[in-house]
Amino acid sequence: MTSSTPENWEAVIGLEIHTQLATVSKIFSGASTAYGAEPNTQACAVDLGLPGVLPVVNADAVHKAVMFGMAIDAHIAPYSIFARKNYFYPDLPKGYQISQMDLPIVGIGHLDIEVDGETKRIGITRAHLEEDAGKSLHESFHGLSGIDLNRAGTPLLEIVSEPDMRSAKEAVAYMRKLHELVRYLGICDGNMQEGSFRCDANVSVRPKGQQVFGTRAEIKNINSFKFVEKAINHEIERQIELLENGGKVVQETRLYDSDKDETRSMRSKEEANDYRYFPDPDLLPVHIDEEFKATIKADLPELPDAKKLRFKNNYQLDNESAGILTASRALADYFEQVVKISTCEAKLCANWITGELSAALNKADLEINDSPVNAERLAGLLRRISDNTISGKIAKQVFEILWQQADTDADGIIEAQGLKQITDTGAIEAIIDKIIADNPGQVEQYRSGKDKVFGFFVGQVMKEMQGKANPAELNKMLKAKLS
Amino acid sequence: MLLTTEDVKKIAYLARLGIDEHDLDSYTKDLSGILDLMAQMKAQNTDGIMPMAHPLDQIQRLRTDAVTETNQRDGFQIIAPHVEEGLYLVPKVIE
Amino acid sequence: MHTKTITALAQGLRDREFSSVELTQHFLARIHQYSELNAYITITEEAALSAAAHADTLLATGNAPTLAGIPIGQKDIFCTLGVKTSCGSKMLDNFIAPYNATVVEKLNQTGAVMLGKLNMDEFAMGSSNENSYYGAAKNPWDIARVSGGSSGGSAVAVAAGLAAAATGTDTGGSIRQPAAFCGITGLKPTYGRVSRFGMIAYASSLDQGGPMTHNAEDAAILLQAMAGFDDKDSTSVNHPIPDYQATLNDSLKGLKIGLPKEFFGEGLSANIATDLHNATQEFQRLGAELIEISMPTLTLAIPAYYVIASAECSSNLSRFDGVRFGYRCENPVDLADLYTRSRGEAFGKEVKRRILMGTYALSAGYYDAYYLKAQKIRRLISEDFKKALAQVDIIMSPVTPTNAFGIGEKTADPVQMYLEDLYTIAINLAGLPAMSIPAGLSAEQEGAPMLPVGLQLIGNYFAEAQLLNVAHQYQQVTDWHQRKPADFQ
Repeated sequence: MTSSTPENWEAVIGLEIHTQLATVSKIFSGASTAYGAEPNTQACAVDLGLPGVLPVVNADAVHKAVMFGMAIDAHIAPYSIFARKNYFYPDLPKGYQISQMDLPIVGIGHLDIEVDGETKRIGITRAHLEEDAGKSLHESFHGLSGIDLNRAGTPLLEIVSEPDMRSAKEAVAYMRKLHELVRYLGICDGNMQEGSFRCDANVSVRPKGQQVFGTRAEIKNINSFKFVEKAINHEIERQIELLENGGKVVQETRLYDSDKDETRSMRSKEEANDYRYFPDPDLLPVHIDEEFKATIKADLPELPDAKKLRFKNNYQLDNESAGILTASRALADYFEQVVKISTCEAKLCANWITGELSAALNKADLEINDSPVNAERLAGLLRRISDNTISGKIAKQVFEILWQQADTDADGIIEAQGLKQITDTGAIEAIIDKIIADNPGQVEQYRSGKDKVFGFFVGQVMKEMQGKANPAELNKMLKAKLS
Repeated sequence: MLLTTEDVKKIAYLARLGIDEHDLDSYTKDLSGILDLMAQMKAQNTDGIMPMAHPLDQIQRLRTDAVTETNQRDGFQIIAPHVEEGLYLVPKVIE
Repeated sequence: MHTKTITALAQGLRDREFSSVELTQHFLARIHQYSELNAYITITEEAALSAAAHADTLLATGNAPTLAGIPIGQKDIFCTLGVKTSCGSKMLDNFIAPYNATVVEKLNQTGAVMLGKLNMDEFAMGSSNENSYYGAAKNPWDIARVSGGSSGGSAVAVAAGLAAAATGTDTGGSIRQPAAFCGITGLKPTYGRVSRFGMIAYASSLDQGGPMTHNAEDAAILLQAMAGFDDKDSTSVNHPIPDYQATLNDSLKGLKIGLPKEFFGEGLSANIATDLHNATQEFQRLGAELIEISMPTLTLAIPAYYVIASAECSSNLSRFDGVRFGYRCENPVDLADLYTRSRGEAFGKEVKRRILMGTYALSAGYYDAYYLKAQKIRRLISEDFKKALAQVDIIMSPVTPTNAFGIGEKTADPVQMYLEDLYTIAINLAGLPAMSIPAGLSAEQEGAPMLPVGLQLIGNYFAEAQLLNVAHQYQQVTDWHQRKPADFQ
């Protein structure tokens, strides 16, 4: 399967992303939102839709929604309205979902993404608050389904983009950017396995140059970045093939099957739905005044784009390093801590964090917050590289020990293992002389113009000195001796 | 009549409401009568009038985010028609 | 004992004239004796007697709460912990509520003794109590006639001495109309005054619970116990609660009473017009001033109400799906079958009609013409009331266009039944408080029985104290509220 759209076609993609807001209790009840509890032990009378019970709005859910709105530079509705979306489904206890329709809390905003070095602005149509549904479990209960309503009532912010994306790659970049943002803001834990961040994609294709959108299909619940790209590409291909063979795209909901790498029609959702939205009479308009907004503005952390720009300007980092370091707030904080503690050049800190440390974290499948080497210990190591106590090569050995053994520090390891770099020119000179004397053939080759042999001498000296020679000093002296 | 029995069937399905075939005519007649009554609203000009959803001009009170509910599954499931292993059972959900 | 007011009973209990257990036994005996009235759906005999015994121990300490030992009935729309709460429906015939409604909780705290759960139209939809799954509660003034609805059981219980007082709920007249038909006092408070938590919803933006009693003073006492802010109900209003008894004896001198001409014209039975004329004359003698007013949009209240109430109920009743509680059909073959049959088999005809109506009014293509239009008319009606209440202190009108009608007389045509609510539903649309008080006993024609006639008092937002004061003053100079049906003395 190819991942690029054929020349004469253009894909049009819009995403609807459901983020579970990181509140401790549900949006309309005081039941816990913690993940993974025994079925129905966190479904209270309100979540179960028992007769006579009533919803009351969680302040923190509103707070988090407004925070998001401000982060995407969106219009915040001074009055927003909860509406009922009516349909019958066993994971929807009341027979309606409390959502927002005409007056969502967050209006038009935008998010800038970067694809192949180019920045593109993606419009965000709206973001509205709603309640999550429960879950149907299909394991065999004598051919029946089991319903767990623990998740019912978990606050969701549904973020709807404009159909501004033109490739699966852009869609993924947008989704990643949004994922990064909600975690920055601390409004969503971003855990995709647990369903905290879920994506539906609206995909259509049209001949290049055509203004009118093609008929779109909605792909439901694609819950990893990898699958989003594959599912969208697959859907684009399916639609193009269909159209090229004289067929028609049907407006429908499709489900991505990651095992088969294909999308298939969800027949059960095909029945024409009429959701009969109307304002929920149990709830009143949510009022966001200037004071409320000011409080939130004061709480707003530095956002990824601003941080990236600051990293580039203040630390003289290149675009890529700045991008990697600001991809999560925790990583950026870690970097800034290392720079501060070590007082080393920011570039060195950035290289180590995006290089050695990130590789080790990836390998161990750990997040930066769980790194065995904290900022202080890494700073200790970098300080010794900076002041030439050890070489970069030796530093990798030291890092290895720091990673493995929790109660160690760089200075202790260097001391205990005698890793200190030799800058004593006399000692280096003696070894150089010995190596030159032992290898007359190579000396001949070098002097006749074979520069490559230089590396051989460096290697030999380093080997003799167990890697502890100061590389700059060594290079300088070796060059002098050989010429 | 404003409605046909087909209309009533469609509405009944939207509301997941079983209506006996032999009652369809009487529902159709009743609902048409009620719609006639409702049609009286047409005569009133309501241009520029704000719809009123609540009798009082109040705004939503917000609740502090805190867990106040404890597990009451046993009590809630005693009254359930069919449960097993803490789950509510229904005919198979097809996706 | 059973014709005594709460005030009198409370005095009797404190003076040890009788104990709460004796009083409770007396009411329980009457409930059994007059079971033909079908006032109760569930009688909680054991719990009542133990609550009464507990009240007696509190009374003995001399430190008992206000309603200690007073036997009351709860409309079966209020959830009662551990007790069947049917809402008059087959759907909830097996529903044992796992919690108390706030109203129930509050009345329990004031020491009231619950005798049982009172009959009502299914899900409070009806004006005659004939839509109850348990059969109609009968009017004690003539058992061939309806009690009114939906709080029919509550009105019957108070009128026939089967409870000292009762709770009711009023979405479009459901407290006031049965109160008028049965000759008792009923008060629908301002929307948001009494918590809706645990009160099974019919139309959320209109529903409001309130007291149904022998007289205004009792209504003041019961409302005092029921009213108050509840953080479990977003629409509950945090507004100070006055001492409702403190102003009962205020003078009515200079009170401006508005009489909307739209409510005294065509369609009103002559005997009611006469009784109400006499009543308003009485108010004049008490020093009030009568002013004719006009509220032109009132005539649109019926269609607007039935659109809004049906729309809200169609959604509110979706939770009754046979999955987590309530009725479930036998052997459903698939999900659609589970839903359609459970709901089809357990909802009665009127409930189905309103669900269908509401579903239609909200569906694509009809929303603007019905639901939105009705909400705009609601605004106009509310504005009309605001204008009127800027001009007068209180509005008076009939409660019902006719006397209590015969059982079965109006069931054939739902529209005829809806027109019964002509005078009451506009008040719910506006969210205002209103009362029904007995203001006559008359026959519609020669040979027909003498039946109670109700007078409606409509006040401004949160002016319950004023309504109670006006009603109480009237009841000091008249005795309509003391007349009791002969067959149930």
